[in-house]
Amino acid sequence: MESLKDKVAIVGMGISKFGERWDASSEDMIIEAVYEAYEDAGVEPSDIQAAWVGTLRSGEAGVTIADPLKLKNIPITRVENWCVTGHEALRNAALGIASGLYDVVLAVGFEKLKDTGFPGLGTGRGTNPVYQAGATAPGYFANIATRYFHDHGWDNERGKKILAKISVKNHHNGTMSPKAHFQKEVTIDEVLKAPIISSPLGLLDCCPTTDGAAAAILCRADLASSFRSDPIFIKGIGLSVDPMLPTLRPGFDYVGFDANRNAARQAYEQAGVKNPREEIDVATVHDCFTITEMVIYEDLGFSPAGRGWEDVEAGTFTLEGDLPVNTDGGLKAFGHPVGATGLRTAHEIYKQLQGKAGLRQVNDAQIGLCHTLGGTPQVACVAILGNTKGQ
Amino acid sequence: MITNKVDRKTKLDKAVGIVAAGAYIPIYRLPRSSIAQAWGARSIGGERSVANHDEDSITMAVEAARDCLNGVNRDTIGGVYFASTTAPYNEKGCATLISAVLGLSTNILTADFAHSIRSGTNALLAAIAAVESGQADQILVVAADIRMGYPKSVDEQMFGDAAAAIVVGRGTSKRKILASIDGFLTHADELNDVWRRDIDPFVRSWEDRWVIDQGYIANMRETVKALMMKEEIEPRGVAKAVFYSPNLRSGVSVAKSLGLDPETQLQDSLIASVGACGSAQTLLLLVAALESAKPGDRLLVAGYGEGVDAFHIRVVSQIDQIGGRKGVDGYLKSRLTLDTYQKYVMFRGLTSLPPEARLRVFEYSGATITWRLRNSILRLNGSRCNKCDSTVFPVQRICYVCQRRDDYIEVPLADHRGKIFTFSLDNLAGGVNPPVVKGVVESSEGQTRIDCLMTDCDPKEIKVDLPVEMTFRRMHEGADMYNYYWKARPVRGDNGLSSK
Repeated sequence: MESLKDKVAIVGMGISKFGERWDASSEDMIIEAVYEAYEDAGVEPSDIQAAWVGTLRSGEAGVTIADPLKLKNIPITRVENWCVTGHEALRNAALGIASGLYDVVLAVGFEKLKDTGFPGLGTGRGTNPVYQAGATAPGYFANIATRYFHDHGWDNERGKKILAKISVKNHHNGTMSPKAHFQKEVTIDEVLKAPIISSPLGLLDCCPTTDGAAAAILCRADLASSFRSDPIFIKGIGLSVDPMLPTLRPGFDYVGFDANRNAARQAYEQAGVKNPREEIDVATVHDCFTITEMVIYEDLGFSPAGRGWEDVEAGTFTLEGDLPVNTDGGLKAFGHPVGATGLRTAHEIYKQLQGKAGLRQVNDAQIGLCHTLGGTPQVACVAILGNTKGQ
Repeated sequence: MITNKVDRKTKLDKAVGIVAAGAYIPIYRLPRSSIAQAWGARSIGGERSVANHDEDSITMAVEAARDCLNGVNRDTIGGVYFASTTAPYNEKGCATLISAVLGLSTNILTADFAHSIRSGTNALLAAIAAVESGQADQILVVAADIRMGYPKSVDEQMFGDAAAAIVVGRGTSKRKILASIDGFLTHADELNDVWRRDIDPFVRSWEDRWVIDQGYIANMRETVKALMMKEEIEPRGVAKAVFYSPNLRSGVSVAKSLGLDPETQLQDSLIASVGACGSAQTLLLLVAALESAKPGDRLLVAGYGEGVDAFHIRVVSQIDQIGGRKGVDGYLKSRLTLDTYQKYVMFRGLTSLPPEARLRVFEYSGATITWRLRNSILRLNGSRCNKCDSTVFPVQRICYVCQRRDDYIEVPLADHRGKIFTFSLDNLAGGVNPPVVKGVVESSEGQTRIDCLMTDCDPKEIKVDLPVEMTFRRMHEGADMYNYYWKARPVRGDNGLSSK
């Protein structure tokens, strides 16, 4: 099995403004993100040889981007893999380049959640009329928080205080991201006093419901320097889909997820990362809820199992810490337009590794990681990016 | 009057009788003062049971039947007779659905008895006939009602929701009966005292004195008197009179008119604590009477509704305190106060929720899907791998542990208890009684996990490791059908004896 390492480069990226885009359609946001990526890469629409588009529910088939972008007669595939959908567009585009069939391709992800009239992601349904009835995304992750608190012997007050620090950090980082949904500081007290959405998680433990789009132009690594002086190279992409809903697995402990661990292991192997805590300079992870980010620290090896909270207390993951996480504000500040999220997390790492992250720039970032997680959870993707091409 | 032809020479323990008995009373009790207060009316005192928003006559019947079948070999049940005036379907047999949920044989009699508040004892009569004729070895009779009185009416306070179940069978050398049915007598009297047209949501009635004096009391007195004469029973020979009663007083009047002492010889009507529960009431009172009866006790049982079905029943053995059997006593003691009348109004769908507060669930269903998945949906069946012995829910063709294909046995998990592994209290999901309590249950069967909604609980009391049991509930109306499934609830009315 070959590694993806250093075969594919990202030479242009763009993201739309994320937010409640009452005035903008999916098509408007796709054009916004893709033309920014074209401009960033210095390519014309006619340079694109193939494209992948990710959306959970806001569109179907390749025509979803062919129509607004007027992409002419090229192969375009819609991909979908729950909340990992945006990463799936990136991954398939990278595989297309690595296969040797294409030199320059486009990956697009988007979601239009604010046309449904529903203040949040819909409740679970799957393909069964009753098994998931009444289930909500916050509910699934509240189950994780309840169990994490229980295992640590914390009452809700203690547990929520620790989780609140993650929300405060991500909101703070978001103030430096002009395209984020929120640019607003919050205090621990505000997080603790926010209305309960799904106990123990309150409103400020949850990411908002947001519209957005993101895009990337990928090319063969050996062609990257012809597009720009600072291309970003894909070092590895891991994707893992669990064989059965964790919630139904006997013995499942609810405080860590196989999908995360397996996706990370695949990506680390490809990239040659041995000690993620030391080797990763900056990361964006799937903080759909504060508890999710906590569990991810442990699953991705940033913190020892069960001890992510100690690093939260120590400030390890703040902009000034040893391993800044969600430097752009994460899902907390950007929301979770499902198809866009994976490419949005890649966009932040892309900018950080180029040294173009503005006020939130991490010093000397060379290796970055972006991550998404989907389901209850059951699907995860980890991509490692670097700003130098290995030999 | 039609009377029975019981063979007097049959030995008592070989007679046709009651083999098992169970009950169900919803957990919510609404103080009648709350209803009175809401309307500026006078309270008739006490409290009434209120079915939860996810309950109907089918789900309550299932609960009573499960209580009754505790310790009974379900393969020996030859029929299900369901009685209700409030069946959720106008066209579709409920007994068949109930038998499927209970996992009974498909080669059995299933029949619905409807319309009359006497339908519960009508079903009992039919069950006796089926067993006597040899048509079935044992018949499960189950009655449930969830009647609604007009808002502000006395009926609204008086009615309660409940279910009761009885297995009728013949005693054998291996099967002990609880009580023998020695005789019966039935009488029909066409009159409009209480009724509900096919288009009415609420029970209607004529003038109170007509309903009680000419309808209920006259019929009950004459029929029971005739039964006592036929069976040669003196008032002093009656251990308990088990009389349907539409209110607190009228059953007492009937007892007095028959020379019985209401203080010592009349089974409590449960009107004060449960309410008048229609077709289920007489059977519910009979179950209650059996719970406190001694061998040799003689019971007079009479159910009313356009006439009377009266029975002479002799108690043969003490009701078994099988672990997990809750009975009237257990369910009566297990209660939560419904804190407002408005919740009753919401539960019964008597007003509309604002659209944004409705349960935000995709009401998705299909007749074919629910049929294919019937074992897991109706029976809560999981699969236990024959190779590695791991059990998972729902049924999986390929074992998730060892990937063995199509080599498993199905395990019904509905009757296994469990404990809460983790949970959430969800305000986003909406519904009539937020928060929605979502629980992950670890079943006592192989630590199998069931990820489901919880019901019948005070959200503040939910915690990790709380013991729970499964209960059959109505989920939603996707595809314009009632979609049923299982939820978890904190264990109710436990008698403290060992159980699964």
